[in-house]
Amino acid sequence: MSRLPQGGRIDRSRPLRFSFNGTSYSGYAGDTLASALLANDVRVVGRSVVYGRPRGIFTAGIEEPNALVQIGPEPMLRATQVELVDGLQAAGLNGKGRAVPEQDAARFDKTYVHCEVLVIGGGRAGLTAALEAGRSGDRVILVDEQAELGGRLLTAGWNDWLTSTITQLSSMPEVRLLTRATAFGLYDQNLALVAERRPNGQRLWQVRGRKIVIATGAHERPLVFANNDRPGIMLAGAVRTYINRYGVAPGQRAVIFTSNDSTKPLEADLQRAGISLEAIIDVRTGQAIVDTVAESGVALESVIVVPLTGNHNRREIQCNLLCVSGGFNPALHLFSQAQGRLRYDDGLACFAPEAPIDGVEVIGAASGDLNGRGQGTIVPSWVIPGDGEDWSTHFVDLERDATVADVQQALGTGMRSVEHVKRFTTIGTGSDQGKTAGINESAIIATQLGQPVGAVGVTTYRPPYVPIPFALLAGRNRRELFEPIRVTPLHVWHVAHGAVFENAGQWKRPRYYPREDEDTDAAVARECRAARENVAAVDVSTLGKIDIQGPDVLEFLNRIYTNAFDTLKEGSCRYALMCGADGMVFDDGVVMHLGPDHWLATTTTGGAAAVLDWMEEWLQTEWPDLRVHLTSVTDQWAAVAVVGPRSRNVVHSLFPNLSVGPDSFPFLAIRENEIRDMPVRLHRITFSGELAYELWTPSWYGLSLWEAVMVAGEPLGITPYGLGAMEILRAEKGYIIVGQDTDGTVTPQDLGIDWMISKRKPFIGQRSHRRVDTTRTDRKHLVGLLPLDGDALLAEGSQLVLQSDRTSRYSVGHVTSSYRSPTLGRTFALALLQSGRERIGSTIYAPLDGQVVAASVVEPIFYDKENARRDS
Amino acid sequence: MIAEAIRRSPLADYAERFAALHEATNGAISIRELPFLTQINLRAQPDQRIPQRLADVLGLALPLTPNTVASSANHRALWLGPDEWLIVGAADEARAIEHSMRDAVTGATASIVDVSANRTVMLIQGERAQELLAHGIAIDLHPRAFGPGRCAQTLLAKVQVIMERRSDDNAFHVYVRGSFTSSLADWLLDAVGRPE
Repeated sequence: MSRLPQGGRIDRSRPLRFSFNGTSYSGYAGDTLASALLANDVRVVGRSVVYGRPRGIFTAGIEEPNALVQIGPEPMLRATQVELVDGLQAAGLNGKGRAVPEQDAARFDKTYVHCEVLVIGGGRAGLTAALEAGRSGDRVILVDEQAELGGRLLTAGWNDWLTSTITQLSSMPEVRLLTRATAFGLYDQNLALVAERRPNGQRLWQVRGRKIVIATGAHERPLVFANNDRPGIMLAGAVRTYINRYGVAPGQRAVIFTSNDSTKPLEADLQRAGISLEAIIDVRTGQAIVDTVAESGVALESVIVVPLTGNHNRREIQCNLLCVSGGFNPALHLFSQAQGRLRYDDGLACFAPEAPIDGVEVIGAASGDLNGRGQGTIVPSWVIPGDGEDWSTHFVDLERDATVADVQQALGTGMRSVEHVKRFTTIGTGSDQGKTAGINESAIIATQLGQPVGAVGVTTYRPPYVPIPFALLAGRNRRELFEPIRVTPLHVWHVAHGAVFENAGQWKRPRYYPREDEDTDAAVARECRAARENVAAVDVSTLGKIDIQGPDVLEFLNRIYTNAFDTLKEGSCRYALMCGADGMVFDDGVVMHLGPDHWLATTTTGGAAAVLDWMEEWLQTEWPDLRVHLTSVTDQWAAVAVVGPRSRNVVHSLFPNLSVGPDSFPFLAIRENEIRDMPVRLHRITFSGELAYELWTPSWYGLSLWEAVMVAGEPLGITPYGLGAMEILRAEKGYIIVGQDTDGTVTPQDLGIDWMISKRKPFIGQRSHRRVDTTRTDRKHLVGLLPLDGDALLAEGSQLVLQSDRTSRYSVGHVTSSYRSPTLGRTFALALLQSGRERIGSTIYAPLDGQVVAASVVEPIFYDKENARRDS
Repeated sequence: MIAEAIRRSPLADYAERFAALHEATNGAISIRELPFLTQINLRAQPDQRIPQRLADVLGLALPLTPNTVASSANHRALWLGPDEWLIVGAADEARAIEHSMRDAVTGATASIVDVSANRTVMLIQGERAQELLAHGIAIDLHPRAFGPGRCAQTLLAKVQVIMERRSDDNAFHVYVRGSFTSSLADWLLDAVGRPE
């Protein structure tokens, strides 16, 4: 055991059991997995990713490149960051974690929070800044990645100051202290993302701070020499941490290898811990370690020391702990993410902020103030030659197993940019993001090229600063909470009556209502027949609805839609089509003239928001002179379509005082009526080609209206139907669905609905209809297809070719809609086909999956061409 | 023919779950639907004389400062945009309010639309109400930034809502479109299931 008899911030009254690679050990509350492993003399925690070399614990914090462990479903955790808990089971990794199939029981969520000052880092500088800001009454959030606030002070014995400061901060009502919380991204307008580790999961804090104070300290960096990766080699500051904070002696015989003064206090720490200090090798005094030895092939046993002056007087020093310090790198990852620029400081041998950025302040060691770390005079020795010319064990990036030899190879190929060298060598691309490697890489490149380090610069820092689980970014937006779900006021009825649902954007819409033993096709066919032969009803509440008021509405509608509304009387409605400025079909719907200066337009279910935005944009930016106001009323109204030759009977029984005859309530007329207290607006419009009535009521009456329709229709056998039947019914009539039969490249002329295009008024898209490309005759036209085999169903999306024998090299179109029609007793389809109208009467072929389906090209209308049923 | 027309609010099925939530959190969070409130959407150019004429009818001056609410004994007016307000009143007053507003704007270009059934209102209150909402709302809800008399159109858990803080510091009105309501309620109930 290497646990010291006393000292440290661990709680020796609370022993904890844990296992590592299947062996049981014990530690204390307050340990990390790393400190507990060291206390149990576990020196090798894993193998390196490329060369399989044994690796031990190298740091005491977030920058750890070696000691990666798997704990349950969590791969690649840093042992230096894992808090020891009773029963913990961890396993060392060979450089890579494992994705496990089990469901992760951890819970992830997200929250937003705002403050005047966000302090990132709870060391001396951060705590001081938070205290000052807190005293002003500002809202202050202090986040720190560790389990305890204090940062380096936890190692340095500032216990009284820490206790007093944290007590003061905790008493301030507008100050929030978050521990185990790592700020991993800093974005525009001072948005910081903070990942907080919680007892059973993680929380993502999305923090908007008026001011961000970066007090992230500095990371000690290693020296680069031959065989610098053996277990037992550790950053000098980490050794201090293990001794002072965790009461652990990470070795018995130590050597210090340094380029600066920061290791001075370590000498006393080693002595106090009973660790013999065998030698101090200080490059500033002309000595260096040129190699390390591990006879057993595992952990460090000795180091080879030579004078740098050319005197080849080798010394071998026995030791099992080598404490290394090559200086410090201010932790400026977040500052750089926020577009802060760095400059290289020759005196400090590190990169520091070049200039402040708005709303962000960098303080403490992060700002380049390394006095607290006691760096003193530094002679950076970026790369220390070995005995020979071999640079293949001079590890620069321990996690990636990348060496000086790799850097030399990159430079040898002609690469000069640190970004290129990074990608060639993989230095800095590990899960540690090269926190101990990146600056050494830059400096080694500079050394090799004979350039200043500042000229080489650093690679771009990008979020996340630490690995973040995707599950954290997803938060609670999983499964049924993945996206908002929209339902109509009739939804409960659909559920109670066994509807099978279909997603239509965010909406849940019934696809069909199967009866016992019915499969999809049977149920849909039954629903189709009911609408064609009897009476059926469908929930159409999802249609977008826009209330339009003002004296200039008529002019507005005439500009927005391709067709004209001058003749549309109050109390009537009309099918309406709109194009984008490119002349392509954008949306369609029905425009209703409700009263003086009062209109209403419906949109497709999916197009509601886009159409409202489109209309609002034209009014606000191009036509501010038009006196027109828009209001979205999509959710105000529930809508039920009663469809079929006997729909009139149902409507009559619901509204006995309403005259429903074909002349008194003709096609495209609107009537107002009520069922007891329930106001209902009736429209004679159809999307099936049958006699049909669309009934609207304020949404809170929607369920009542639907139930009333069902009750009134029951004697006739009224049938509820879903999207499946609705699509077949409309396709039989050749009614398009925007977005299914069109794709943003289709003009109204392509669809053969020239009658929808007014020639007497300007409208959006009109000029585009005069372009050479939109007027050519070989555009793709909407046509109907009848497979020669009436049982063969064309696959939607199938490409169409002109020959059946596979000699056709080019597609001349594709199938947009395809169904089995119970009414036609056969399959049929709609398609967009090049020069389609000229090909009517010919045969076209759809090869797919080794089959070729032949189909006749016909007009895109299959049922009641005379519209006798619609107008009946 | 049905016996009666029954009005059903979007959150009618959630009353029990909301009551259980109130109990489970010891009143720290309480959610209740305020169904059938009168809501009239008004669009008019504020430079016309309309605000004054409506002030006489509604007993309040239309707020001209963005994201603020004006109140009288019976009505509130929420600023939604430079030319758009939501007038809110007690349940079943839509017809009366709409009628008197229409009289007041005669001759001017204004749009008055009864949207009472477009959104329902959730009253979310309690000492942890703000914390709950912060899980899904990106704007600053702290009383310093969003105190009584403030409103905003924003997203709550990806759902478009109008937020209004009531005079009580710990009470919010959330106006949500009917089709999104059950999904949002599920989200809120799930969020409370994540203890602090």
